[in-house]
Amino acid sequence: MAQFVFEADLHGLLKLDTPIPNAPPARWQRKAKESGVPVPSPATALSPMKPANRSHSSSKTPSRTPGKSGSKIQNTPTKAGGDRYIPNRSTMQLEMANFLLTKENDPAEESPTKKEQQKAWAVNLNGFDIEEAKILRLSGKPQNAPEGYQNNLKVLYSQKLTPGSSRKNGRYIPSMPDRILDAPEIRNDYYLNLIDWSSQNFVAVALDNSVYLWNHTSGEIIQLLQMDHPDDYVSSVSWIKEGNYLAVGTSNAEVQLWDIQQQKRLRNMTSHSSRVGSLSWNSYILSSGARTGHIHHHDVRVAEHHVATLAGHTQEVCGLKWSLDGRYLASGGNDNLVNIWPCTQGDSGDFAPVQTFTQHQGAVKAVAWCPWQSNVLATGGGTSDRHIRIWNVCSGACLSAVDAHSQVCSILWSTNYKEFISGHGFAQNQLVIWKYPTMAKVTELRGHTARVLNLTMSPDGATVASAAADETLRLWRCFEMDPVKKKEKEKANSAKSSIIHQGIR
Amino acid sequence: MAKQLSRDQQGITLRGSAEIVAEFFSYGINSILYQRGIYPPETFTRVQKYGLTLLVTTDPELKNYLNNVVEQMKEWLYKCIVQRLVVVISSTENNEVLERWQFDIECDKTAKNESAPREKSQKAIQDEIRSVIRQITATVTFLPLLETACAFDLLIYTDKDLAVPEKWEESGPQFIANSEEVRLRSFTTTVHKVNSMVAYKKDSFP
Repeated sequence: MAQFVFEADLHGLLKLDTPIPNAPPARWQRKAKESGVPVPSPATALSPMKPANRSHSSSKTPSRTPGKSGSKIQNTPTKAGGDRYIPNRSTMQLEMANFLLTKENDPAEESPTKKEQQKAWAVNLNGFDIEEAKILRLSGKPQNAPEGYQNNLKVLYSQKLTPGSSRKNGRYIPSMPDRILDAPEIRNDYYLNLIDWSSQNFVAVALDNSVYLWNHTSGEIIQLLQMDHPDDYVSSVSWIKEGNYLAVGTSNAEVQLWDIQQQKRLRNMTSHSSRVGSLSWNSYILSSGARTGHIHHHDVRVAEHHVATLAGHTQEVCGLKWSLDGRYLASGGNDNLVNIWPCTQGDSGDFAPVQTFTQHQGAVKAVAWCPWQSNVLATGGGTSDRHIRIWNVCSGACLSAVDAHSQVCSILWSTNYKEFISGHGFAQNQLVIWKYPTMAKVTELRGHTARVLNLTMSPDGATVASAAADETLRLWRCFEMDPVKKKEKEKANSAKSSIIHQGIR
Repeated sequence: MAKQLSRDQQGITLRGSAEIVAEFFSYGINSILYQRGIYPPETFTRVQKYGLTLLVTTDPELKNYLNNVVEQMKEWLYKCIVQRLVVVISSTENNEVLERWQFDIECDKTAKNESAPREKSQKAIQDEIRSVIRQITATVTFLPLLETACAFDLLIYTDKDLAVPEKWEESGPQFIANSEEVRLRSFTTTVHKVNSMVAYKKDSFP
C-alpha cells in the first residue's frame, strides 16, 4: 500500500488541479469513514513531508476477548473511523456487538461434546472443576485496626522531612556535601559494593565495566582498568589495608588483584561460579562472596589461592566484613540471614557459623563492626525490613533495633565519635547519623536524588563518601574532629607511648 | 536427641501433612497481615519458625479468628475436600478488592487409604516453606502501596457437597477487576501440594 501513497503524493504535487480544500468529503470518503478505514484528508495529501495520518493499524479488529479485562495491549490512539457524532470508535467493539446482537436469534445449542470441552477448559484453567467448588467465608470478621491507625506503609512512603530537633547538636555538621563527583554509568544494583577508600587516600569507584581511582589529596583521576568483554561489569572493589593493592570482583566470577603503583594486574583468581558482589580483607586473606551464596577465602600470597569455602547462604552474599581484630567474619545475604564465621576451622575441618541471625526481614547488605567495642556488629536490612540492628556476636543477643523507615544500603561506624552513619533509599535517599548506644538521630544528610548505594570513609575518619543511583559521589564532612579535641587526642596517644617508654627504663 | 531422629524418619502421614499445611497457612497469613500493614506492626511479635524469624499477631480477637480458620482448614485438609485458600485485601472505604493472595491446594486422595507414611524429610519441607514465606516477605518490593485502610477476608474453596459448618457462610470469589498476577513458589509434602500466587490491582497510571 505504501507505494501508492507515494505515487499519490507525487501526483498531488505535480497536478495543477488540486482537490478542493475544506470541501465536504466525497461520497466514497464518507463510506470509507463509516467502515472505520482512515482516509487521508486532502490537506495532508498535499504535504508529503509531514507524516500523514495514515495509521498502520487501520481497520482495527478489537482484539480483546469478551469479558476479559486487564489486556496489556496498548491501542495506539488514532482518529480512524471517526465522524461528527462519534469522533473515536476505537473503544467500541463493533465486531463483538455484532456477534452478540445476531447471536440472540439462534438458540444456544450446545452439543454434549462442546459442554465436555468447556468443562475440560475450566478444569484446566482453574485447576479444579469450578462448578463443583463452593466458596466459604468465616463470618464475623475480626475487629479492624483501630481508628486513626494509618497503614504503616503509607507512612513509610510519604514520610515528610522530620522537623529539626529542638536540642542543639553537639557539633556543627555541614548539611551540604563538601564535594560532588560525577559517577556516570554507575550500576544501580543494590547488591554490589562499588566504592572503597584506601588508607593512601585514593577512592576506587567501579563504573559499569571500568574502575577509576580518585586521589583525594590531588583531585587527580586515573582509570585503572576496563573489562575486556563489554557485557561484563565490575561488581565489587576492596582495598587491602596498606592501600597498595586493590581487589576487584567481576560479573564473570573472577577476583582480580591490581597493583596501584604499576597499574598492573597481579593476579586473576577464579574459583567462583557466579558474580562476586562482596569482598573483605583480613591481612593476607581476601574473602569474596558470590551470587551463589558461597564465600571463598583466598590466600593471595600462594599460587593455590582458594583455601576455604564457607557455605552459609542460599542467595547472593551482599554484605561481607571482617572484624577489626580479624577474629570474625560477618556476612549478610539476600536470604535475610546474617552469619558470623570464625577465622579458624572447627574440629570437623569445616567452617560453620558461630552465630546466625534471622531477625531481618530483608536482604542484609549493611554490615559494620564497632571500632571501639569489640564483638559489636551493626546490620541493616533492605526494603522489606528497613531496620538497623546492633548485635553482640559472642552472646548472640540483639542489643538494639531501630526502624529506619527506608532501605538500608550501608552502615559505617565513626572512629572519631561514638556514632554511626547509615545510607538509605526511597523516599528521601538520605544519610542518617545515629548516636550510639542511645540510637538517637544526630542529623540527616540530604542531597542525593536517587537511592544511596554505598558508603565509604576516609582514612582520617572525617569524611564519608556516598555513591548513589543518581550517578554522583558526594563527600560529606560529617565526622570532622574539632582541632582542639584533635590535639588532645593526639596528646593522649603519645602520652600512652611515653608511659610505656618510662616503664621500660 | 533420639526422639528427634525418629520423628524425622517417621515420614509424612495424611494427618501430619494436614497439620504442616495448616501451620503454614497460619504463619503465612500472619506474615501477609504484617507485611501489607493491615494491622499496626506494634501488635506483632517475633517467633522462630522454619529457621526464620516470623511475625505473628498478639491481638487476641484476631488470633482467635485465625485459629478458627486454621483448625477448620486442618479438618478439611485431612478429608481432602479443600481446594484453595484466598486472602482478600480490600479497602474499607469502598470495599474494592486491592490484593488477592491465592493458595491452591492439590491433595493426593490415595493417601487416605494408605497406612504407610510417605518418605519426605521434615527438613526438606521446611526449606520449601521457608522459601515461600521469604518470597511473601519480598513481595513488598513490587506490590503497589495500599493507600487506604484495608481489611482482609479469608475465602476457602471446598467441595460443592460439603455441609456448611456453623459460623461459616457462602461467598463470592471477590476477584480483582484489573489485575496483575505473580506466581510464587510452591511446596509439597507429597500428600498435599500448595501453589501460591498474588494478584494485585494494576495501577491506573502506567
